[in-house]
Amino acid sequence: MIRSARRLPWGAMARLAGRRALFAVPVVLVVTFGVFAIAAASPFDPVQAYAGTAALGADQETLDRLRENLGVDESFVVRWWHWLTSALTGDLGHSSVLRQPVTQVIGERLVWSALLCAVAFAAAVTLGTLLGVLAARRPGSTLDRAVTSLAYTLEAAPVFWIALLAVWLFALQWDVLPAGGLTDTASEQVTPGQVASHIVLPAGVLAVSQLPWFTLYVRQGVADALAEDPVRGARARGLGEGTVLVGHALRSGLLPVLTLIGSRVPELITGALLVESVFSWPGIAAATVEAATAVDFPLLAALTTLATAAVLAGNLLADLLYGLFDPRVKLSEM
Amino acid sequence: MSMADVAAEKTGTVWRSRGGGRRSTRTLRLRTSAVLLTATVLAVLLVPPLVQLDQQAVDLAAKLQAPSLAHPFGTDDVGRDLLLRCVYGLRVSLLVGVAAALTATVVGTAVGAVAGALGGWVDRGVMRAVDTISSVPHLLLGIFIVAMFRPGVWPVVASVALTHWLSTARIVRAEVLSLRARPHIDAAVSGGASRWRVTVRHLLPGVLPQAALAAVLMVPHAMWHESALSFLGLGLPTHTASLGNLIQEARGSLLAGQWWPTLFPGLFIIVPTLAVAGLAGAWRERINPRRRSELML
Repeated sequence: MIRSARRLPWGAMARLAGRRALFAVPVVLVVTFGVFAIAAASPFDPVQAYAGTAALGADQETLDRLRENLGVDESFVVRWWHWLTSALTGDLGHSSVLRQPVTQVIGERLVWSALLCAVAFAAAVTLGTLLGVLAARRPGSTLDRAVTSLAYTLEAAPVFWIALLAVWLFALQWDVLPAGGLTDTASEQVTPGQVASHIVLPAGVLAVSQLPWFTLYVRQGVADALAEDPVRGARARGLGEGTVLVGHALRSGLLPVLTLIGSRVPELITGALLVESVFSWPGIAAATVEAATAVDFPLLAALTTLATAAVLAGNLLADLLYGLFDPRVKLSEM
Repeated sequence: MSMADVAAEKTGTVWRSRGGGRRSTRTLRLRTSAVLLTATVLAVLLVPPLVQLDQQAVDLAAKLQAPSLAHPFGTDDVGRDLLLRCVYGLRVSLLVGVAAALTATVVGTAVGAVAGALGGWVDRGVMRAVDTISSVPHLLLGIFIVAMFRPGVWPVVASVALTHWLSTARIVRAEVLSLRARPHIDAAVSGGASRWRVTVRHLLPGVLPQAALAAVLMVPHAMWHESALSFLGLGLPTHTASLGNLIQEARGSLLAGQWWPTLFPGLFIIVPTLAVAGLAGAWRERINPRRRSELML
């Protein structure tokens, strides 16, 4: 597209990525440390969580032995260090609520969350561009006001509420889409067709929750570009409205928005947490909520760390795209 | 990112529209927002003490009735009036939102002012800490805190406040940095004022308008967070039902086909959010007319 003729600056990109990875290490260390510190300051007791109701009748000696066996008789700093060193060897502990190793939980569920987020994001970007351009064509027009009002209203609406109303409308009233899950309850295997029909509602709702900011940014970018000299020049040369809109205004208006995509990872994770819970989507975000409800510390700690890593990766992506699309920015200076 | 942030960052040109209808649209928007917000606050403040109705009054004979004249929002699965439940739920959500926003603003202003006023390694350290905390998604951090401290009113307020002071700290720090370069600060310093006095008497009053605006904008955000936590079952206990609890409780009836117990609590979240955004947009235009806000509601 924009620089097909030019070579991408792989070297500078790799150096930026390397520098960011180096900065990400202390961030992840601090976040995991904070997670252990919060847990230590809370009334949460790992022994109670492990033993459950059995702990009620047990005598103090048994509980103390259990505490020692679980390795929770030491300070949280020591436990944090143990957790960190075993995490490096690929052992993140055992999830009590899902009765699996944490790494297995992540391995099985990550792909479904990634699929959901990817589909939703692609839909949001496509639809957002379309609506944004339509609104920007005639600023202040009825269409513009309708699109903008819709965007603000959707931004204000809680995503879980939209999700529930969508279930009511599409699954219950019209009965055209399944209300949740990954496959039909009767089905034994996960087939692409089943997944395709089950992903429509959750991905659609997640897309709607990401749509407003994208629409508003595209609208602003394109409308600003339409008021600038290159567009006036293009019009003066007698180019058609479509060429001006798509070839000139959209191109210069959309690029800054595309670079923001990476920085939207936190909002995407927030949306996924709620959407996956409503639709019982077997992804990692729904597991987070389950882990929180059951106070499953190993799983919760691992997923918080994973989300932090995803946010940092998103920020890196945003910077890389920014440097690639904006010739004024030098990657080596970021 | 809230809608007002979008508006704040992408301010720019005002477009001339045909017929000069722009000014009246803006006034209309401002008035609508003001009326809606006033109505919300009045309903929340006046209905519980003035109206002698029990929101918990169960009437099994009237359960799950569709909206009618007697029950404008219908009734829930044990026959409680949903309009009344929504007003009480809004009251709880708004109180939690205001408490969380105030706490977050106080913490954020203090941290931002200290970082900006002291500068140097304190500033670098504090801002690095702010960056670090903001790399954990807010709702996830909130979920983690509530999970560890067990759901309840105070853990929810604390978790929302702890995840929301970061943006205020950034705003206040930037404002303090720009204020520090002004002549009246130099005059105060050369007049022998202590660092403490300069901060409290000259810097803080200068950042208060920005901090206040951030606090007002944070209230709907905090309400949203509280509702999300309550909806996930990690928020307020059901006897202090917030709007999020109401939506959570309505899930059973929704699957049975009754839409009203879900619809109305959600509207009660949307309306104050839009009203606050509209007012904040108007306020921003007023204190800074050159940066016209892009709120087009």
